[in-house]
Amino acid sequence: MAKHYIPNSAHKEEMLKEIGISSIDELFADVPKEVMREFNLPEGKSEYEVFLEMNKILEKNKTVLEMPTFLGAGTYFHYIPAHVKYLIERSEFLTAYTPYQPEISQGMLQALFEYQSLIAELVGLPVVNSSMYDWGTAMAEAALMTVRLHRGKRKKFVVPAHTHPERLQVLKTYGAGPGVEVVTVKWNEKGQVDIEDLKEKVRDAAGVYVEIPNFFGLLEENLKEIGEITHEAGAYFVVGVDPTILGIVEAPGALGADIVVGEASYFGNPMNFGGPRAGIFAVKNDMKLIRQMPGRIIGITKDAEGKRAFVMTLQTREQHIRRAKATSNICSNEALVAVAAAIHLASLGPRGLRELGEIILKNTAYLKKRLSEVAEIPFDGVNFKDVLVKFERPYPEIHEELLKRNIHGGYYVKPHFPELGESALFAATETTRKEWVDALIDALKEVV
Amino acid sequence: MYRQAKWDEPLIFELSRPGRVGYTLPKPIEDINVEIPEKLKRKTPLELPELSEPEVVKHYTRLSEMNYGVDSGIYPLGSCTMKYNPKINEEIAAHPKVAFIHPYQDERTIQGALQIMWELEQWLKEITGMDRFTLQPAAGANGEFTGVMIIRAYHLDRGETQRNEILVPDSAHGTNPASAAMAGFKVIEIPSNENGTVDLEALENAVSERTAGLMLTNPNTLGIFEDEILEIAKIVHKAGGLLYYDGANLNGILGRVRPGDMGFDIVHLNLHKTFSTPHGGGGPGAGPVGVKDFLKDYLPVPLVAYDEENDRYYLDYNVPKSIGKVKELFGNFAVLVRALVYLKIMGKDGLKEVSDVAVLNANYLTRKLKGTRGYELPHKELRKHEVVFSAEPMKRETGVRTLDVAKRLLDFGLHAPTIYFPLIVSEALMIEPTETVSKEELDAYVEALKKISEEAYTNPEVVKSAPHNTAVRRVDDVLASKRPIITWKMYKELKEKGEIDY
Repeated sequence: MAKHYIPNSAHKEEMLKEIGISSIDELFADVPKEVMREFNLPEGKSEYEVFLEMNKILEKNKTVLEMPTFLGAGTYFHYIPAHVKYLIERSEFLTAYTPYQPEISQGMLQALFEYQSLIAELVGLPVVNSSMYDWGTAMAEAALMTVRLHRGKRKKFVVPAHTHPERLQVLKTYGAGPGVEVVTVKWNEKGQVDIEDLKEKVRDAAGVYVEIPNFFGLLEENLKEIGEITHEAGAYFVVGVDPTILGIVEAPGALGADIVVGEASYFGNPMNFGGPRAGIFAVKNDMKLIRQMPGRIIGITKDAEGKRAFVMTLQTREQHIRRAKATSNICSNEALVAVAAAIHLASLGPRGLRELGEIILKNTAYLKKRLSEVAEIPFDGVNFKDVLVKFERPYPEIHEELLKRNIHGGYYVKPHFPELGESALFAATETTRKEWVDALIDALKEVV
Repeated sequence: MYRQAKWDEPLIFELSRPGRVGYTLPKPIEDINVEIPEKLKRKTPLELPELSEPEVVKHYTRLSEMNYGVDSGIYPLGSCTMKYNPKINEEIAAHPKVAFIHPYQDERTIQGALQIMWELEQWLKEITGMDRFTLQPAAGANGEFTGVMIIRAYHLDRGETQRNEILVPDSAHGTNPASAAMAGFKVIEIPSNENGTVDLEALENAVSERTAGLMLTNPNTLGIFEDEILEIAKIVHKAGGLLYYDGANLNGILGRVRPGDMGFDIVHLNLHKTFSTPHGGGGPGAGPVGVKDFLKDYLPVPLVAYDEENDRYYLDYNVPKSIGKVKELFGNFAVLVRALVYLKIMGKDGLKEVSDVAVLNANYLTRKLKGTRGYELPHKELRKHEVVFSAEPMKRETGVRTLDVAKRLLDFGLHAPTIYFPLIVSEALMIEPTETVSKEELDAYVEALKKISEEAYTNPEVVKSAPHNTAVRRVDDVLASKRPIITWKMYKELKEKGEIDY
């Protein structure tokens, strides 16, 4: 029977005749007989049957719309304006490939150029690539880049001990081959980078990395000073940033960052159980850095008629030309995710972005204030999205009680940071509702 | 005649008018005053565009009209497998039960998500002949990196620290050597023989106690099946190396042969290629990595597991020798959903039909085009899913290069093939029609290539100055890299200073 995605399955005989052979099997004559086999797989189903089956499986998920959820820790529930989703689902964007033929791919190229320009505005560095896989891989590649920039003479990459644990794991995996030595800096009593410890460890470092907000949801107040210490030591300053904060917090580039990484998918993209995402990667306008940068860059040029046109540029750093000498192996990136982020950002505009930051700041403050009624808040400072909370009772028990009440509590921190005791990260964003927080606090009052 | 939309669409920054907003935010829960520390407060003005929602929608709609996707027409990029993406994949992936779940949710509240991942793994295992999969890698190259890191971990674990070389054929994808280098390996290139397959003698000479593994795609980038694969596997294994399968070309053997049965120890798949999830202009992809049993302890964490007794899916962090993580969280989940939907609809019969017709189409096109003046077919004729022609004679005889042929194809509303790759074929045109194009589309493609040949020999200028019918004319990429203008601000400044006229 003909398959509805395969037009020619109805015309095989006719085409075989034109090729001059009698069966499809002849086209596989060069495959060793002993490895051919019958596959042990289910038979195909109709679209309707699969629709029902998938819906049934998905029923088993409970979404954040069905239960107040206070999880953050690197993944946040933001609302995506409907038109963003509608636009990126236009099939000319959705079903295109990497724009290798710029003349018929101007739409995607311009959209990605605009993404680069928007992110450049936010982070305060002018050179932005058109995406990495996520924040973690962007950070790891930034570390490799700082080592390359030191021609392998410095292999130490300094990170706060309170770097997001998943990102730290990605960094360690990426760093294993080139022998990057990951060194961690302590946090101080405010839950921020301990400057004295940093000064000890920065010597001979290729790069220093700091996150804002940090894993505890706190703003690192001494970002600029950390940058100065880093530069004095001859290292590169890498800042990881949640870009939803950049309407209210100074651009990391203006605070001295040489490289900025972060997560672009917080704009324009749903959580999707953690993926797809899109890593931000930005550097200073310095050819030395640009040549060592991973990923694709879209640039403006002109066409044969002298008209403005967009094209992938600076490709001599890429694997399809440089092969083993490429700056990175990244090929497919997260272009569509980046375009969605751009559309969302363009819709927010400067005022919207500032408002978004302020609302999140206020909602986080409300959550923090209410949480302080029932638990200890170990670190004093300004929180954005995440708040570290410490309980006396084992947190898994609290989590269980909350879940019984149809509330999903925060992210249990103890497995990564045992020294912090029974602590968890509770998060708010602009989507957080007052009644959710109030229900949480009522429940916590019963169970802590 | 094809005409692509041609808007003089300004940059979104150029459309900005002060005071407009494209989205209204909810009010904060409570108007608490929180001060950002003075030294962190934003002082640099934020020059983002200001537009209303209808303007944003019109802008991106116009841009989309100046973009070519699989839904616009044939897209036969060799080694990229640009097949039709079924719409049901999109519909299921957009389900709120996919979009609105947090990766750190309690396992009891994400059983559906975990089941999807587990089921997908079962399909991939049977399709490849592997024993365990990670779904974490975000793309093929991320998968390659995962694979070579597993190779590295395996040898180190066995104390074979001297194994620091990865072999790749000269026809390999550029990501293979790049991934191997990123993992800290030295890359050794193996030449191809006159058939376009791995030269066994050269391979024999290259393997040694330093060999960590060989990375191979089969069918290879010429679309040719490496018919001596069992011999290749023997040579690599005998030397103590591992055999890595680059799954970019799996479409050519899907449902007929499994990498695992051919002797491969590790595979990466490109779900966005073989399993019909859209490429989105360059991503997201998904690059699961499968391994034979003896390598499963090195996979990235966590793996998805199923507890049959309690009918419960869970995340398994107990991977004793794990290489760690190659990406945050669990991979591009929404892409995984699409792939599973596709697999369930296609089933065993459908998957075999994919390779049958993909190979049929490639060979049909080969036969139809072969003998056309200006194009020659190097290596042997029997191809799998793709074919590489050389336009060397055309260049020699008329001055029309492969690049020109590619640009001229655009004028007919046809996407160009992959060009100048693999590197071992001069003036290469690498055509992969896939199974989702019709006979009529194949015929039209061949006709267009024939017409271009005719033009090259009678009126070469029309080809050299192509494209004529696209949103912009031939783009100057040399200028773009000589004078990088990569943000709106750089552009604006140069324009204001009168340093550029475009």
